[in-house]
Amino acid sequence: MLDVRDLSVSYGTIRAVRGISFSVGKGELVSLLGANGAGKSSTIKCIAGALKASGGSITLEGKDITAASPEQVIRAGLATVPETRDVFPDLTVAENLMLGAYIHRRDQAGNRDNLERLHTLFPRLAERSAQAAGTLSGGEQQMLVIARALMARPSVLLLDEPSLGLAPAIVERIFEMIETLKTSGLTILLVEQNVNQALAVADRAYVMRLGAIVASGTAEEIRSTSDLSSHYLGG
Amino acid sequence: MAFAIQFVIDVLSLGGAYALMALGLVIIYGILRLVNFAYGELIMVAGYTMYLTSGSGLPWLLMAALAVVMAIVFGILTDYVAFRPVRAKSVTAVLITSFAFSNLLQNAALLFISPRPRNVPLPDIFSQTVSIGGAITPVRNLITIAASIVLLAAVAFLMRKTTLGIAMRAAATNFTMARMLGVPANLIITSAFALSGFLAGVVGLLWIGRIGTVVPGVGLEPLLVAFIATVIGGMRSLPGAVVGGFLLALIDTTLNYTLSQDLLKFRDAFTFSLVILILLWRPEGLIKGPASGQRT
Repeated sequence: MLDVRDLSVSYGTIRAVRGISFSVGKGELVSLLGANGAGKSSTIKCIAGALKASGGSITLEGKDITAASPEQVIRAGLATVPETRDVFPDLTVAENLMLGAYIHRRDQAGNRDNLERLHTLFPRLAERSAQAAGTLSGGEQQMLVIARALMARPSVLLLDEPSLGLAPAIVERIFEMIETLKTSGLTILLVEQNVNQALAVADRAYVMRLGAIVASGTAEEIRSTSDLSSHYLGG
Repeated sequence: MAFAIQFVIDVLSLGGAYALMALGLVIIYGILRLVNFAYGELIMVAGYTMYLTSGSGLPWLLMAALAVVMAIVFGILTDYVAFRPVRAKSVTAVLITSFAFSNLLQNAALLFISPRPRNVPLPDIFSQTVSIGGAITPVRNLITIAASIVLLAAVAFLMRKTTLGIAMRAAATNFTMARMLGVPANLIITSAFALSGFLAGVVGLLWIGRIGTVVPGVGLEPLLVAFIATVIGGMRSLPGAVVGGFLLALIDTTLNYTLSQDLLKFRDAFTFSLVILILLWRPEGLIKGPASGQRT
């Protein structure tokens, strides 16, 4: 489904991602783990088209999207939820969701159905649909950006640190929802610092450190064999 | 009473024109975080289109429509010539290219038309006056008020109710995120320039309708007015630009009425002092823009 080969990302002379390769199969939930500065978010932004790759290739369902612009990537079927939780604060919840369906704006009936489905998944958003998105709580904003990404009806979803800065009870709900999405057949690449929770939902995982992948395997293997704390704490 | 009516009409007509000018500038600034210094020249283009078509015998409304269309065309041209080639590379470069484009247009007018003022055809209604409650007022002031009400309402509708408008507002807060949702960057930017050109064209008609002639430098004052109005109102807020425009008109008109003949030549000094006071009190302008505001 999503294939990343020898991907490198540089900021000037600083190489944030150094030739990493990984793949996500259809319907799989793969987690990309690692400490701050490991290069996870740069990888995500590069796949989403918001950063240019300095080397390597990214293919989505056999199509090369390495040099694609953000608007081409979403049209190819890959939606991204960035870690910065970018709701459009002065737009209402409904307007935010409407923009999520921008690429399907001619198919109004389909969007209505999709919106209904998302409202049952996130009842909170239905209640607040006329409210400005900037007035939502952090957890609600996180749900909104995920729902907005799903309005594009993607085949692959990139989730960048959905639990960042949220209360434990809300993190719990977010992960329940990720599981629901997974059972619905969506292919998901989940970037997380919250290792235990990420491994609980993931099929497979890759561990990044200083821009390179240092471990990979099934969630079980990663949990039992690799010494995760050393990657995080730099031991 | 007559005086009060006169004052209100003056403020509203000047304010309406200022608000439209400011709106045209802030629509670009909101999305690109760049001031389009060639904005004043769009007004000039509208003026010269009127001058050049004046001998054609077309009905005035058609000439006016043509002038607005030319302002839109040159607005879009600004994007293609000055912004798009260097937009992704450097902010400074765009600053220079937009100055350069502005200069280019002005000098083209100097060279190919004339440095001297040229008459612009105006329908009789622009020079007539009416009496409202004892106040004698030029009809063009009422036209300006009506045009600004209609256009402000139309822009508000566009920005609030249409997908394109909502996408433009989204792009103004977070351009990259909007692109990640599939909103095409170039479409949004070109639409913003077209809308800006449209507003400049209409403002050009109203503005030149006050003076009756067009010169190559005619756009300088509107650009300055628009810039000050957006700074007062808040650089990143559309309602702010409108509020700033009306406030600036209120200040100008009040000074016009209250300053003695000797002091009136220093009106701008008084205006700018007040602007400085407003900015000391509210450095970000009266109305803050949306929360996130990184350049993209």
